[in-house]
Amino acid sequence: MAQPGTTRRPEITIPAHDRTVEQLHDEAFALRQTMLRMASDKGEGYIAQGMDIADLLAVVYFRELNFDPNDPEWADRDRFVLSTGHYSIALYAVLHRIGYISEEKLDEFGLNGADLALSTFDDQPGVEITGGSLGHGLGQAVGMALGYRLDRRASRIICELSDGELQEGSVWEAAMAAASHRLDNLIAVIDCNGIQADGPTVLDMEPIADKWRAFGWDTREIDGNDVAALVAAFDALRASDGRPKAIVLRTTPGKGIPTLESRERAHFVRVKADEWTSLRAELESNRG
Amino acid sequence: MVDLKSGRAGGMGEILDVEGPYEVAPLGTALVELSANRPEIVGLTADMGRFSDIHAFRDAHPDRFFNVGMAEADLLLIAAGLAKTGKIAYCTTYSVFVTRRALDFLVIACAHSKANVKILAGMSGLMNPYGATHQATDDIAVLRMIPDLAIIDPCDATELAQVVKAVADIEGTVYVRSLRGKVPVVFDPEEYSFEFGKAKELRSGSDVGVISTGFMTQRAFVASAAARERGLGAGVLHVPTIKPFDTEAVLRFAAGVDRLVIAENHQMSGGLATLVTEALYDAGLHVPMIKIGIQHRFHECGSQAYMEEKYGLDQGRITRAVIDGV
Ligand SMILES: Cc1ncc(C[n+]2csc(CCOP(=O)(O)OP(=O)(O)O)c2C)c(N)n1
Repeated sequence: MAQPGTTRRPEITIPAHDRTVEQLHDEAFALRQTMLRMASDKGEGYIAQGMDIADLLAVVYFRELNFDPNDPEWADRDRFVLSTGHYSIALYAVLHRIGYISEEKLDEFGLNGADLALSTFDDQPGVEITGGSLGHGLGQAVGMALGYRLDRRASRIICELSDGELQEGSVWEAAMAAASHRLDNLIAVIDCNGIQADGPTVLDMEPIADKWRAFGWDTREIDGNDVAALVAAFDALRASDGRPKAIVLRTTPGKGIPTLESRERAHFVRVKADEWTSLRAELESNRG
Repeated sequence: MVDLKSGRAGGMGEILDVEGPYEVAPLGTALVELSANRPEIVGLTADMGRFSDIHAFRDAHPDRFFNVGMAEADLLLIAAGLAKTGKIAYCTTYSVFVTRRALDFLVIACAHSKANVKILAGMSGLMNPYGATHQATDDIAVLRMIPDLAIIDPCDATELAQVVKAVADIEGTVYVRSLRGKVPVVFDPEEYSFEFGKAKELRSGSDVGVISTGFMTQRAFVASAAARERGLGAGVLHVPTIKPFDTEAVLRFAAGVDRLVIAENHQMSGGLATLVTEALYDAGLHVPMIKIGIQHRFHECGSQAYMEEKYGLDQGRITRAVIDGV
């Protein structure tokens, strides 16, 4: 690993921090298109979650993160940690968009033995942790944030979590440690889509934002499918004030595709072979 | 070899493409039947109700069913607490989350306290498309070292239903490698009866003997029949209870055959083959042995058929071992 301060600054860094809300909206739409293409013919999967998190990923990758499109291992990069590994389809879509994942690899998503598996594995470029077993993200994000501080890197760690995942004790162990260690280079983004494997969230977890506040996190709560609100929340959370930051995102599973939005069983969606065309048409006509 | 492009890594831990007779969700049906007259039975899951078939119990006894959220460690603690109030706590989640995340709680709060906690774990062995995070290829190896913990690996819907009922009357903590969805029916419920701690010689034959557990026994039957057609006597000893291990039956069976094939949906080390080897060695018995099981490595994602063929758990592999001795 390169020494801090000696690493070359990449020639191009995405993001262009000046992207407009409109442009970010277009990126989110493109991600949804890509995901739908990846899911087609698979018959089943976590497509509803992919749709609900597209707006977040657009803002994170095209506005918030500093990274090197030519070097996923750039030592000073900001890191996006996807804790909810079964949201892999969304992460792969955005990693494809920034050039880390080839078209051919993307086409093999979810097939037997494919590199791009149904959950995320950290041997793939741009994938920071191995997901799939939920509750692994925030603790590792805390470790990364401590490591960056130790190395005097100014870069940030953004860690995604989901609402059902908040039921895992490891999340709160990490949340407590982050605040105690005053990790203001860490942002948790919590996708509250209201569902988990057995249906609507099985425990009453509200008020979620207040729980993070009580744990010492500077917390905002927004509509996670509102790009302008996402931009504003990230902007409001840049202070180096010794507090870790959290954004509670209220999202809609299947966002952008009304048929999926209204699915009762949205966690693991089964789609009939002939339905994909109409889902694609719905996405196009709901571009908004 | 299954081609990369030919298949998607789908499903959710159920046996896909079941051929022959099957029963849907035998776990739920059996638990509902059992609990009708047993108010001390409670059901718990960690957000794996739908994907473990326990929802039939929830629907029958909503007051006795607790979804504790996706919190496997707490699942076992809450179950242990319920057991301390005289309940028999049936829990469902996936095997990996029992043996990895919740292990400390399983060892102390459940096994050490001899808590009446019955864990019906899903996706044991190489059973799902999600890769190493979900593949419990090591569950028996991990769990067999825990004292006061029983381990059962049923073959089919018939045996699973019997096991679900039997464990209620086995004192203490029991871990069952459950099967969900459309579960094949191999044993005739009129003829077969599960006995805790007993291995069953289901086919006799002295040329070669298969010792198998879990759904590998179904494949052992097919291999045994194929061997018979070739004039080879192939016995099958089914070992549903991994712990306590029926050493006596294994020694008797092994002494009566020229060679052995061990078949399990688990790593070849630490599971059935190791238990058999230990038993034979301790008794000074040497019988040539072919092990069929999972390699000691992390595995990629793929459908069950793809993974089994690639890693040598499929029917062809067992049949070859039984007939050709390779
Ligand atoms: C530790 C762990 N326990 C259980 C599971 C099985 N599982 C996969 S997704 C899921 C539900 C997760 O709910 P949530 O985090 O809200 O995600 P969403 O429903 O939005 O996909 C569960 C229980 C898992 N992957 N990891």
